[in-house]
Amino acid sequence: MRKRSFFGLSTPCFKYELATDASASPVAIPAPEQVTLYIKKPFKQASSTLKVGTPVQTGQRLVLNENDDVYAISSVTGTVCAMAPFLADYGNAWTAVTIKTEGNEVIDPEFSAAAEAPSLETLTRFLAAGPGEPDFAPLMDERNPVSTIIIYGGNADLLIDTSLYVLKNNIEAINAGIEVLRKATGIEEIVIAVPEESVQNYSGHLDARIQPFSSQYPYAQPLMILNSLTGRLPDETGMASLGIHFLRAESVAAIGKAFSTGCLTIEKNVTVIDKQGVKHMARAKIGTPVAALLKAFGVEVNDQDKIIFGGPMTGNAIYSEDLPLGPDTDAVMVQDKSIIPLYSDYPCINCGDCVRVCPANVPVNLLIRFLEAGQYAEGADLYDLYACIECGLCSYVCVSRIPIFQYIKLAKYELGRTLSAEEMNEQ
Amino acid sequence: MNSKKTLIVSHAPFWHDGSGIPERSYHTIIAALPAAIAGIAYYGAPALGVICMAMSTAILWELLLNRAMRRPITVGDGNAALIGLLLGMMLPASTPWWVVLVGTFLAIVIGMQIFGGIGANPFNPVVLAIAILMISYKGHLDFDAGLVNFSLDFPTTSEPLAALKAFGPAAVEHLHPLDLLMGRQVGGLGSANGLALVIGGIYLMIRGIIRWEVCVSFIVGTYITAMLFNMADPSRFADPVFHLLTGYTLFGAFFLATESTTSPVNFVPMLIYGTLGGVMTVLIRNIGIYVDGVIFAILLINLINPLVDKIRPKAIGKVA
Ligand code: SF4
Ligand code: SF4
Repeated sequence: MRKRSFFGLSTPCFKYELATDASASPVAIPAPEQVTLYIKKPFKQASSTLKVGTPVQTGQRLVLNENDDVYAISSVTGTVCAMAPFLADYGNAWTAVTIKTEGNEVIDPEFSAAAEAPSLETLTRFLAAGPGEPDFAPLMDERNPVSTIIIYGGNADLLIDTSLYVLKNNIEAINAGIEVLRKATGIEEIVIAVPEESVQNYSGHLDARIQPFSSQYPYAQPLMILNSLTGRLPDETGMASLGIHFLRAESVAAIGKAFSTGCLTIEKNVTVIDKQGVKHMARAKIGTPVAALLKAFGVEVNDQDKIIFGGPMTGNAIYSEDLPLGPDTDAVMVQDKSIIPLYSDYPCINCGDCVRVCPANVPVNLLIRFLEAGQYAEGADLYDLYACIECGLCSYVCVSRIPIFQYIKLAKYELGRTLSAEEMNEQ
Repeated sequence: MNSKKTLIVSHAPFWHDGSGIPERSYHTIIAALPAAIAGIAYYGAPALGVICMAMSTAILWELLLNRAMRRPITVGDGNAALIGLLLGMMLPASTPWWVVLVGTFLAIVIGMQIFGGIGANPFNPVVLAIAILMISYKGHLDFDAGLVNFSLDFPTTSEPLAALKAFGPAAVEHLHPLDLLMGRQVGGLGSANGLALVIGGIYLMIRGIIRWEVCVSFIVGTYITAMLFNMADPSRFADPVFHLLTGYTLFGAFFLATESTTSPVNFVPMLIYGTLGGVMTVLIRNIGIYVDGVIFAILLINLINPLVDKIRPKAIGKVA
């Protein structure tokens, strides 16, 4: 935890990790005894294709029922040993499939046949559960055509090395990925967003326009980049209308690698941040339990410590060491219980620190009064809720220690829910 | 598959800069102490008595109200102690104990708790309390009458602003700014020592606890308005430095106008707010009926705060 400086006039200033800081080659985490993968569909007792005891191969598509388009990619060879419902963030109901690793690794042949000719169907069918969890659906949406793909080479949060590490060390794979994307989607405009200090390492090597962004936090926040490119931010209908689609560098590298080798990438780079704040780079199979990952670096987790997926400003705290590394987990951070900051139920005292620190000019001090009262629509209409680019700085400096950022996320979530309920009524 | 370890789960961000309401209150108390101590040095035990009475009763009122309203006990955040201290510093050293008691009641209960406690008060509680005291107990708040039994080694034994109001600038011409700055003038027991107040104020500004925009513009507003009056008619209106160094001006600029709940947070509104406070102070002093305009000027700008704070930069990503 960083402390306020004696000179409280200057706003806190954080820098993203830069490519030059990225650590040496990652530590390979050995295949764990079992992995857990999520299929992002509610678990129904009778699954026609997956049951406890079903054998699976590395790289195999795991679906609950024939013809489902929601799947996971198995990262090991073995047998399914458990299937259970899983309640994810924001009330999403998923299915957790646990696979026990057995015998020699056998690669599932299905993808290599499909990898001959890149197409959006192949991407959607095989790569959407890969590293970075790319979402291909907007690329197929004809009502809101995408005109620009942004390959996101920065890390949305502090302390994380993952994305820049991948960008730095996988230039060939990324170039191959860009080519696949161009062929599959027909979109010419592909932009790579990287922190400005890292630009010189890439220009010329990559087959896309490089868009530098400031290396000062939070200017690499995806919404901030969107704003600097288009001058706009998405409202409650989401990013669809802006014609821009984000893909992480790691996804693009995985796409490139998959099509040039005929094998799906089943591993993920993660930055592990231990209690002292020391960073390690690891490479582990998707689905590896966090405990196995932390053990590899000798990080001890005790009662009442905190484990966070993602960085310190925007990550998600998890409740068990047994939860697996997801395809989009860029970092795992452990906080000792002695340094966990606590929130309070004090009201806003209007000190204005949040307003001064907010990069998006949100009148946080007024907004929070409405959000605390549950008046989300007023917050959105009058006090710029949707200008928030979700950096968390306001909560970081709040004197009253109000969980402002949580209220903002909640408000956006609730408004999104009301909106989709209205749409359903109209239909 | 569940391990037995209990992990703490909360929402991002997982860092905090360590600021908090108690820290803010205690730093403000520290910043106000030099002036309070200077006041105790001049006026002796009665001044100490007033300050102790004010701080303790303020805390007591808050405690009672917390209990009565069945809310969490909030005296630990130091806010009540701070309000008590500031209120005490504005009173004459001769204030009887019951006036102090009523004053802290007005500040804590009427000024703050009935609106919902810290952060909800529409007026600065200290200023509101002093304003009511000034109107209700005129005699006890009259510095000249109150301090008549003190043997003070000051260049003048009447309050400079009162003398100015009664007899014009000629009556205060002999007062040296340095004496005024050092607090060698009749006034509130902790609010007359300009030097100590400036030191405390600068400390708070550097720490980012008060908004420098508000106090600087308050001082500039006072200075320029007083200067314009003085230029127009030096025989009726005192010079700007005199206005700055007397009465509650510096105390108001550093400790009252800057109260966070009742002042704006955006840059331009802060300047408007502070300047208006300064202008009103001098207007009331020079052409109003009150001796010191700071109190009513601050109440007035508290009132316009929500209005001026509407002037704010456009949020990003907005079309049109
Ligand atoms: S409102 Fe808070 S989280 Fe949103 S952009 Fe401003 S500082 Fe960041
Ligand atoms: S930082 Fe917290 S207490 Fe200060 S104005 Fe913002 S919300 Fe209010």
